[in-house]
Amino acid sequence: MKSFYGIQLPNPLMLGTAQYPSPAILEQAFRDSGAGVATVSLRRESGAGQTFWQMIRDLGVLVLPNTASCHTIKEAVTTAHMAREVFDTNWIKLELIGHTDSLQPDVFQLVEAARILTEDGFQVFPYTTDDLIVGERLLAAGCEVLMPWGAPIGSGRGLNNAYALRAMRAEFPDVPLVVDAGIGLPSHAAQAMELGYDAVLLNTAVARAGDPAAMARAMLLAIEAGQLAHQADPIEARDMAEPSTPVIGKAFLS
Amino acid sequence: MKIVLNGEPRELRAETLSDLLVECGFSGRVATAVNEDFVPAGLRIAHKLSDGDRVEVVAPMQGG
Repeated sequence: MKSFYGIQLPNPLMLGTAQYPSPAILEQAFRDSGAGVATVSLRRESGAGQTFWQMIRDLGVLVLPNTASCHTIKEAVTTAHMAREVFDTNWIKLELIGHTDSLQPDVFQLVEAARILTEDGFQVFPYTTDDLIVGERLLAAGCEVLMPWGAPIGSGRGLNNAYALRAMRAEFPDVPLVVDAGIGLPSHAAQAMELGYDAVLLNTAVARAGDPAAMARAMLLAIEAGQLAHQADPIEARDMAEPSTPVIGKAFLS
Repeated sequence: MKIVLNGEPRELRAETLSDLLVECGFSGRVATAVNEDFVPAGLRIAHKLSDGDRVEVVAPMQGG
């Protein structure tokens, strides 16, 4: 498995911490799935922040703070600095939202913010589209990981453009690639791994499931199955049948 | 002094950012920004507040 800024993950599941029915269920989802990375955010302190932080620390996972809801470079860079201080990590999931309904990243601002943050010593995980040229620009800006979307955040639609994601894998064979957002089912996560992706980041599909802990476990199993399948070199699909049972030696009976 | 703290207008005695955190009862892991600029923890004690400053105090929260 590829490393993420020099860190080997225990498994390829990155799990969000939002929208769970209770903190206990969130904790159980992490324990049952063994997810090694938790995404977190920063919000105005209302008294709940410190308890939440203690729970995440007790999970013993790597923390990936995000810049969710940021719409400008200035906002995202300031949020990243605050996150680095609070969470004591150079990792930042860089989100620069460009469109209200689809939460599509503003890739122009994303590239510039990634450059600024990399120069400031951050290790940037950019939430991006599946555009190859944007991917190239992000790498040139100093990113060592790319996180293309599968589908809009929270939509659960799976991989809207598997063709583009496959092209991205082929274009950047040595870059750790993560499908981030849009996963709804374990089969979607398995598909991402079958394409050769290095990890999957998801939140809503687990947190909003009827049984989040069971769904988290299902996601991990699917991700591991997809990863193993990719390593096993799957066959190419074909249009016509090809007998799997040998034809030679068949008894002549008609 | 009139300060806008996390979007709410407040009347505070604090003259520096670190005084503000004490006066308003913030503790634990928080990060601060004044007028949309990050103020690192080490600079809070020296950061003098002015009338009308917009102060943000943020803490860890759930995220995706």
